[in-house]
Amino acid sequence: MSMLARLLRRLGRASIGAIERLGFVTRFYFAILRQSGTSVVRPQLVVKEIYQAGVLSLIIVMMSGLFIGMVLALQGYETLARFGATESMGVLVALSLVRELGPVVAALLFASRAGSAITAEIGLMKTTEQLAAMEVMAVDPIARVVAPRFWGGVISLPLLAALFSMLGVYGGYLVGVQLIGIDGGSFWGQMQASVDWRYDIMNGVIKSIVFAFAVSLIAVFEGYDAKPTAEGVSAATTRTVVTSALTILALDFVLTVFMFRGGIN
Amino acid sequence: MNRKIIDLWVGIFVAIGLGALLFLALKVGNLLSINEDRRGYQIEARFDNVGNLKPRAPVKSAGVVVGRVESIRLDDKTFEGIVRLHIYSQYLFPRDTIAAIFTSGLLGEQFVSLEAGGDTVMLKDESKIAKTQSAIQLEKLVSQFMFSKAQDSAPPAPSAGGAATPGAKP
Amino acid sequence: MTAAPANLSAVPAAAAAADALVELRDVSFGYSKDRLILSGINLTVPRGKLVAVMGGSGCGKTTILRLLCGQIRPSVGEVRVEGRSVAAMSREEIYAHRRRLGMLFQFGALFTDMTVHDNVAFPIREHTDLPEEVIRDLVLMKLNAVGLRGTANLKPSELSGGMARRVALARTIALDPQIALYDEPFAGLDPISLSVVGQMIRRLNDALGMTSILVTHDIMQSMKIVDYIYFISEGRVIAEGDVPSIRASHDPFVRQFVDGEPDGPVHFHYPAKPLAEDFA
Repeated sequence: MSMLARLLRRLGRASIGAIERLGFVTRFYFAILRQSGTSVVRPQLVVKEIYQAGVLSLIIVMMSGLFIGMVLALQGYETLARFGATESMGVLVALSLVRELGPVVAALLFASRAGSAITAEIGLMKTTEQLAAMEVMAVDPIARVVAPRFWGGVISLPLLAALFSMLGVYGGYLVGVQLIGIDGGSFWGQMQASVDWRYDIMNGVIKSIVFAFAVSLIAVFEGYDAKPTAEGVSAATTRTVVTSALTILALDFVLTVFMFRGGIN
Repeated sequence: MNRKIIDLWVGIFVAIGLGALLFLALKVGNLLSINEDRRGYQIEARFDNVGNLKPRAPVKSAGVVVGRVESIRLDDKTFEGIVRLHIYSQYLFPRDTIAAIFTSGLLGEQFVSLEAGGDTVMLKDESKIAKTQSAIQLEKLVSQFMFSKAQDSAPPAPSAGGAATPGAKP
Repeated sequence: MTAAPANLSAVPAAAAAADALVELRDVSFGYSKDRLILSGINLTVPRGKLVAVMGGSGCGKTTILRLLCGQIRPSVGEVRVEGRSVAAMSREEIYAHRRRLGMLFQFGALFTDMTVHDNVAFPIREHTDLPEEVIRDLVLMKLNAVGLRGTANLKPSELSGGMARRVALARTIALDPQIALYDEPFAGLDPISLSVVGQMIRRLNDALGMTSILVTHDIMQSMKIVDYIYFISEGRVIAEGDVPSIRASHDPFVRQFVDGEPDGPVHFHYPAKPLAEDFA
């Protein structure tokens, strides 16, 4: 009995902690929005962060996109060939990518490549009192350090996701048409006939924008909230990747239900 | 890192990112084709059974896509499925056109096929198609086939009278 | 050590308070009610003087600086700068107040992603609209003042600890502050860098007409450069005085601190059960 009570108490404490943290994140988010004026007046600050978050993630995102597209084509061919529907390969590859894999995998890669870097950088700036130094110099660190990184991430991720999908489709084309020998005309033609730019592509883009806000917010928050020690920063970096991944997948489920439920009923 | 180099790279990144979006919309999606003939008119067709037809399924005539299925709902008086079709404005069909629901391939997606009649009066916005042919249901087909087989093996064999009796002996 | 602080100098504190730029009156501070970090601190810094606040590690010295910056507010008492209470300032006023402050952090806190030049230029760029050429000249002047004009294009990671501290010093004085705060400026420096930084703090104080507060535990270096010393232990001022009177003091705490003895009023042992009990 006492063990049950202890278990429940722990559950209660964990829930309260989680809600408290959610409250902090929300307040932090509004603080970022309030302090975003600097990023607008001095776009150079954001450009630098787009370089750090976006340009430096280009290689990994594009390579992953290409390979995933090629694997999709290979696996898809296996299945489609059983039904004699190999000309639908373009549809399969394109829909999987623009609706799901593009936004989700690009966001996961972004969280581990750029998100963790943002967390580590802000955490380290906190540890070495750089943020405190700014504050004493009458410069708000949220405006000067946090907001540009946040917006840099928000702008970068949707572009990365689009590049991921594009290279994935190209990878599917390489394997499907060039390697396996499906007719190129039906590959592209079927794809264009079945992929709707508003229904499929715009919803994919909206997904990646939502993920961009979530991952960027998690990354800057964990950095700003990190314990100012070496262990604190490394723990925060790990938390960024784990929390981002879970958030992306949970949000993906919710968004998919809302966006594509027309296909279910 | 030099500021000019950063600016250049970010410029390249944003350009190819937007290029990728454009590629997705134009080459993968149907932004281009839809933009030409997005406007159109709506007609209604009633089916006894719509099968697995979904909203946004293509409407074809002679195999050419001429529109999309706008919505599907049930008439709760006659218990027929009402399918609203969005037909692109450059295509006009005679009033006695027949609408049928077909399946592309054996297990593919279902679409609405319009077979033009010979009437000189054309369908207008909010017109209703009089003649329709429901979706073919695989289960019905199979059971019909089994039934006729069973009857074939029994000596006195009055025909079931069904039009579709595939595999029946002449 | 809860008695009134021993005023060791000939001049009573009240007389010096006439031209006080920074004043702490009966200031107490604690993150929770039962654990006070500072309790009833009285401290006066006259205009143009260089004052040291000394004490062992973790005695609340840094908290005093944070109170002065307005990063935290006292639980009891008042922190006054030029007669105005810092706690009563609005957010805008605090930012205006901080623009007249320069603070040197314990390990410099240089921005690691910027060059030395950009580090020193940072407060100037943030708070003025000066053209780039003027900023460049200003930065080189400041760097020249600390003898590091040649490092302008290096990254902080390429500097030694002593040089990084001097760059941080240049950044601290970039906007010619009225008040300079130094948090452990000597921590982790070799003896040569240490006396270089010490001399520089004194010179800059006099040349720029600043008022400086130096928080440190390095008694030897401080005695060479400061005008007045406060000793703090367990959140209280337990002794104060100018350098000669500190040197001549017989106060046991001051003696322990100046002579660096391991045991005295500040105990070597952390409070524990009697030895015999633990090893029984």
